[in-house]
Amino acid sequence: MSLARLATGSLVCLSCTACAGWQSALEAHGTPATGLLHLTWLLFVVGALVWICVMAILVLALRSRAAISTQATATPDTRVERRLNRAVTGAVIATALIVMGLTITSFWVARVLSPESSSPLRIRVRGYQWWWQVTYLDARPDRTFITANEIHVPSGRPIVVELSAADVIHSFWVPNLAGKQDLIPGRDNTLQFTAREPGTYRGQCAEFCGLQHAHMAFLVIVDPPEQFEHWREAQLAPGASPGGTQEQQGQRVFQSKACAACHTVQGTSAAATVGPDLTHVGSRRYIAAGLLETTRGSLAAWIADPQTLKPGTNMPMVPLNAEELNAVSAYLVSLK
Amino acid sequence: MNKLRHALMVLLVIGVSACEREHRDLRQDPPVSAALESVATMPNGIAGAPPDVYSALNKPFASNAYSLNQGKQLYSWFNCKGCHADGGGAAGPAFLDGWWRYGPGLVSIFASIRDGRPAGMPAFKDRMTTDQIWELAGYVQTIGAYSGKTAAPSRNDEMQSRPSENRAPATVSVNDP
Repeated sequence: MSLARLATGSLVCLSCTACAGWQSALEAHGTPATGLLHLTWLLFVVGALVWICVMAILVLALRSRAAISTQATATPDTRVERRLNRAVTGAVIATALIVMGLTITSFWVARVLSPESSSPLRIRVRGYQWWWQVTYLDARPDRTFITANEIHVPSGRPIVVELSAADVIHSFWVPNLAGKQDLIPGRDNTLQFTAREPGTYRGQCAEFCGLQHAHMAFLVIVDPPEQFEHWREAQLAPGASPGGTQEQQGQRVFQSKACAACHTVQGTSAAATVGPDLTHVGSRRYIAAGLLETTRGSLAAWIADPQTLKPGTNMPMVPLNAEELNAVSAYLVSLK
Repeated sequence: MNKLRHALMVLLVIGVSACEREHRDLRQDPPVSAALESVATMPNGIAGAPPDVYSALNKPFASNAYSLNQGKQLYSWFNCKGCHADGGGAAGPAFLDGWWRYGPGLVSIFASIRDGRPAGMPAFKDRMTTDQIWELAGYVQTIGAYSGKTAAPSRNDEMQSRPSENRAPATVSVNDP
């Protein structure tokens, strides 16, 4: 008995440890997420209480039925009848009140999902198989820029994410900040959220979208407002010009081989839009939509054989010799 | 009862045997890619023989649905539409009409994309990998093929400007130049 209890206890503890972290709806750090979490707990607690009451009454009823059947009375007792009537009426009223209360509460929470906010930061997120293109919109076109798989937002300011898809249906989900919203080809959606405090949260495609659906993650990095402005200015700058000879050679290889046919590096002749924008790829934490941490080694491994690391990805294996690969990885990691 | 059980088992085996999916080549081995490079075109650049490895691979670029679909994506990514439109032709020649300036063979189409042709067709050999050029050539051939194919790329997301690729044979009009 005590062994079973120990096992159950440790199982509960283990499953609870999985509930926290940078990708968890149970740890809310933003506007709709907090409301949704409160609603979840409310529904859970009310549901649990109702279940306990029903079970208790069921047990009581079964017990008293056993007691009654031993007496075997033929005529119904009017006092018992009246008591039962009162109990059933009370239960019906309680059910109606609880359902109504929960409906009204969930309506209030749903209002928070799309509030009217003044001067929100508008970000356009486009889902591709299997990465995210992120465009920061601005009234001035020269202050618009494109990045990928990493979204920086200022804390405390409302964010409007315009969602669209290029190929199939994807779903944008950052559990710590907001609920899910689908990206549907030809049907643009929006999602609003406000992050309370600085932090790093992980998001993931939440709609099966093909072979590498599991490797379609992104980061939402919430910065203090002034740090966000600093980041934005850095992203607006063209790609860093290569410093050393190896980086220079890497840039030459990048532009003369197939890399530049799909990728953009602002400030150079590489300006294609099939693959992610690499202007500041070295400053991002992950490459290939959360597949590997950005290091020179992982960049080289990725370029050398993308189809083994992420089978089915649209990045082809570009034939490069060892020297070219070395140079290109040095160049890319220098694009801070 | 026993008979019913046997029948069910047979049905299950048949059902499972239908679960095989068409093979997808996500990545050619580097030596295969290198071998796919060496096509032998005729001296005038029209028609020629594919490398031996192409037949050894069972001619995937003309008949594999996944490969055709990759080709279709490449067709729009590398802006073939910019000159050839949706196969109807614009600044570049049409494919739908079945008039192939350099012949309808896959090798000719491969060579056209890789090395370019006079009068405006650019060479893509520095922009695309050999595998990609083969996939794209397979798709382009499908647009103006004379007979329907059993394999097809996926549908267009935008409005259909013509019948789907595997359906209609190219319409050859003898009065056109």
